[in-house]
Amino acid sequence: MHELSICAALLRRVEALAASKAGRVSAVRVTAGPLSGVEPDLLAQAFRVARTGTRASTAELIIERAPVRIRCLRCRHETETAANALTCPACGGERTQLLSGDELLLTGIDLLEAGPGADASAPRSCPPGS
Amino acid sequence: MCEHCGCTAPARTIALHERVLADNDAHAQHNREHLARHGVVAVNLMSAPGAGKTALIEATIERLAPRLSIAVITGDLATDNDARRVRARGVPCVQITTGQACHLDARLVHEGLHQLDLAGVDLLFIENVGNLVCPAGFDLGQHADVALLSVTEGDDKPAKYPTLFRAVDLVLITKRDLLPHVGEFDPARAQRCVRDLANPAPVFEVSSRTQAGLDLWFDWLLARSGARVAAVRGAASG
Repeated sequence: MHELSICAALLRRVEALAASKAGRVSAVRVTAGPLSGVEPDLLAQAFRVARTGTRASTAELIIERAPVRIRCLRCRHETETAANALTCPACGGERTQLLSGDELLLTGIDLLEAGPGADASAPRSCPPGS
Repeated sequence: MCEHCGCTAPARTIALHERVLADNDAHAQHNREHLARHGVVAVNLMSAPGAGKTALIEATIERLAPRLSIAVITGDLATDNDARRVRARGVPCVQITTGQACHLDARLVHEGLHQLDLAGVDLLFIENVGNLVCPAGFDLGQHADVALLSVTEGDDKPAKYPTLFRAVDLVLITKRDLLPHVGEFDPARAQRCVRDLANPAPVFEVSSRTQAGLDLWFDWLLARSGARVAAVRGAASG
């Protein structure tokens, strides 16, 4: 269950970003491919545990699943495929390039920005005047 | 709309594009530089529990210790049994007890490196925690990854754990002396599963107990570490 340590790394970065913007995080966006070794459902579970006590304590984790895509180095054929079938389906070539599917990326955070005098770290407080 | 109290404060999206494990990667790069300064080649051994990582290290020490200076960092959930086996062969070994963590990360290896005197060390084995899932995601700063698959496991494991087997530099099918007793394991099928991952890595069948097939493994190691050792020594003497 390495998803918990991945969430810890994710939240360290999110905290740093949110602190510099003086805001509270309402969503964290990641992209995960099947060959990143991360199971999206486990990541979502781990996130709900790891977010406690952070600026993202009520944030939603939005996971975009990246497809596994390969390009054959022999015939240049490109295709989407399964994580354990990475040879070329067109020519049978055993040398292919992975175009996507192994990424684990932080692609964005949604911030509810605090107004003047607001406590950015306090959960469930809205910006004044909102 | 704010999901917490129903107010209409707009959320602002900050678009990013960065690796979630960027911090680990930075530690790994630091490890790589640390190893390079000392002329050490690091080989990361990964497998399911009980595939024979420690036995392979023992057999390798026995054969190569006269030619190469070896050190070991070993990860284990709870015990120092593996470290004691290695130290009994006269090789320095740092034990990293990971507790609940199912893998080594670059920061843990960094701490381990600072407990080792790397002066004169040619080859460092990093014996990862027995696990085919979690170790695959974490760069440690190693120069090569080796996966061990024992004949008492399923020969389709590379298809079941593609993240790990896709990216390794060598696959060792271990405990081949047991092959006659476990008829279900087909080494050709295991190799086929590795090729289906578009991984051209060599696949060797070995037995640490009988030493069968180990010469291929030793040659592979020497080709990686020996060339580097020669380069470092040449630079030092020149």
